[in-house]
Amino acid sequence: MSKLFLSGNEAIARGAYAAGCHVASAYPGTPSTEILENIAKFKGEINCEWSVNEKVALEIGIGASIAGARALVCMKHVGLNVAMDPLMTYTFEGTNGGLVVVSADDPGMHSSQNEQDNRVLQRFARAVTLEPSDSQEAFDMARAAWDLSERTGSIVFLRMTTRTSHSSSLVDVGDGARGAVEPKPYVKNPKKYVSVPANARAMRFEVEKRLEVLRQESEASPFNREEPGERTDFGFVASAAAYNYVKEAFPEFPVFKVGFSNPLPAERIRAFAAKVGALVVVEELDPVLRDAIVLAGIPVRDYATELRMMELNVDRLRALRRELLGGEGAAPAPEKPALPALPARPPTLCAGCGHRGVFYTLAKLKATVTGDIGCYTLGVAPPLSSMDTTICMGASIGAAFGMRKAGYKGRLAAVIGDSTFFHSGMTGLLDVVYNKGAITVVVLDNRITGMTGHQPNPGTGRTLLGEPTVQTSIAEVARALGVKRVHEVDVYNLAEVERVLKEELDCGEPSVVVAYGSCVIAAKKAVGAVPHAVDPAKCKSCGACFKLGCPAIVRGEETAPGRFRSKIEPAACIGCDVCAQVCPFKAISTTKE
Amino acid sequence: MNETTNVTLVGVGGQGILLTADVLARTAAEAGLDVKKSEIHGMSQRGGSVSSQVRFGARVHSPIIPEGETDLLVAFDAVEAVRAFPSVRPAGRALVDRCYLVPITVSSGLQPAPEDPDGALARLYGERLLRVDSRALAAEAGNPRTANMAIAGALSRLLPFPEEAWLSALRGRLPAKLVDVNLRAFALGRAALA
Repeated sequence: MSKLFLSGNEAIARGAYAAGCHVASAYPGTPSTEILENIAKFKGEINCEWSVNEKVALEIGIGASIAGARALVCMKHVGLNVAMDPLMTYTFEGTNGGLVVVSADDPGMHSSQNEQDNRVLQRFARAVTLEPSDSQEAFDMARAAWDLSERTGSIVFLRMTTRTSHSSSLVDVGDGARGAVEPKPYVKNPKKYVSVPANARAMRFEVEKRLEVLRQESEASPFNREEPGERTDFGFVASAAAYNYVKEAFPEFPVFKVGFSNPLPAERIRAFAAKVGALVVVEELDPVLRDAIVLAGIPVRDYATELRMMELNVDRLRALRRELLGGEGAAPAPEKPALPALPARPPTLCAGCGHRGVFYTLAKLKATVTGDIGCYTLGVAPPLSSMDTTICMGASIGAAFGMRKAGYKGRLAAVIGDSTFFHSGMTGLLDVVYNKGAITVVVLDNRITGMTGHQPNPGTGRTLLGEPTVQTSIAEVARALGVKRVHEVDVYNLAEVERVLKEELDCGEPSVVVAYGSCVIAAKKAVGAVPHAVDPAKCKSCGACFKLGCPAIVRGEETAPGRFRSKIEPAACIGCDVCAQVCPFKAISTTKE
Repeated sequence: MNETTNVTLVGVGGQGILLTADVLARTAAEAGLDVKKSEIHGMSQRGGSVSSQVRFGARVHSPIIPEGETDLLVAFDAVEAVRAFPSVRPAGRALVDRCYLVPITVSSGLQPAPEDPDGALARLYGERLLRVDSRALAAEAGNPRTANMAIAGALSRLLPFPEEAWLSALRGRLPAKLVDVNLRAFALGRAALA
């Protein structure tokens, strides 16, 4: 088979297939989502699912591993925070079938709420960290990962980043064939799999023994290698994407490329350090390699250039080059003509998105809104400006309740999407009910996981493979948790949305409003095929419709200084009718005959 | 070709930029070069700026292009071409579509409209500016959604790859029923820059 042009995520899926992976589970999260979508192409050979959250995904991987299968679990960086609990104990118990976890960091926060270096958590969990620098390595490391996990009894992490996940490069996948690996037998062994204190104390020693084996594996690993250079006054240690930038910014220097980074191949780095003048460690985010190298007693050349935050690139390493080598090789910046002022092009809720009317109404009712993670976080942007907080998946509910407990007297709404509600909103809601919290939880239910690219969830009614399944009702879940006041509203009926929200925000007890409207992208403009239009004879330039922030509503004629008639772009409008309901002069209506 | 060639593609979500970048990257691979492509997904589907970078040569390390080292800018939107100017080398060229999509910040009145983007482009890029009207070409091809392949056709004039490598990459990336109309758009784009 000739070389394939694959993204890092596609390469991992192919590597897992080649390694004979049997079971795969994940919760979608940028930049990791496409791994499982590509695994799903091997249906019938790999049993795969979208799990409701990362903790459940990892528990499924652990169960599969205990039963002897080769398991893959994928998540974005913050997903690992959710999955830490099972991780920290299964690392004690040790694998049977291989267990490989992909944790995709997002340096620079291209699409995340924070930046964290999960290699810190992997070291904490005594797991193996493999750090691919391109798609070929993503494939090679994935293919080798399950053997390594089974050989050592350890959990193996592939540390991806946005750049390695979403960059594409050429990959030699060999014959591309399925790895023919039978699951290992399951043997009942409570001393290994039941982590009661007496067993856990024995396991504690096993963990340290495994770490010693892993150190030997790392020293011998082909993923750690020396690359010679013409100059030896400096030598670089680099991993993952940072390795590529070092090769480009410091082409004449030797590099120790770290692929198997936890545990550190300390002796090989010591030998490399002996051949170079000063050892410089370059890695994306925290000084994980650097600290381990220093701890091993190997001196490093630290630097002042800020490289510990955000995504690295060649330009930032050229700044390091200027620091290390002085002016040598630095070209003066050419004069560039000034650019004219340009309008920003921020992401925005789609034309016709059902979330818009709910945020508009919450702003109108002057509610304080604790938000959550999803497309609807865009409700923070003007002109809706209808979000006060966003923390993590599911936090909207606990945060609203906490504000109430602190004595906040105003209207309080926790706004959360359907997928996020299933992920970790249900437990927060139970806490509100149990502890008699007077907040309103608004579930923006579009029956799909929107932001990550429309993955099905328990409210969708179908699985990852498209098979029909139970469609869980959020209203029924809320009632079962003990919520007495549960309402379902149509997001495109603004009068109903306003009436229900006003009543619930003032009711003084736990309440849930499920605001239903299908995602307009996923449903391919299902709301109304015919666009609306503004009647210029009736439009009084009052600007009410502009407050919706709909990309289909644009400024038309200027009727007085600073006052504009509105106009609807027919190609963008899907006829959701929300602007028609907002217009006080009935100037907006459908163009349907 | 020993040096790395850097191509940056910019525009707005939904214009088919990522597919065009993919066809370009596969064309370079068909021509026997090492190639890396990088892009940022995420919130771009919801009206934001989108960019992708393609680098090819004997051996490519970084998937992202250093600031100011783009050899060829391909802009699907005139304002995005102005915005991307600092990323282009002093001798780099720009292939820029006639299209200008009004950002929501302008249509909603939050920010002023850009003043004369076409004039700014001419001033910034001078003789290094090439324009193409991909929407007209796509209409001529018979499907407005082929505008990106019309741009790819124009782009094919500016890079040293045989036409057959482009066509092979294009066929490999599109569903069978859409191949013919996209090939028509590609040919029209290629003719437009002849």
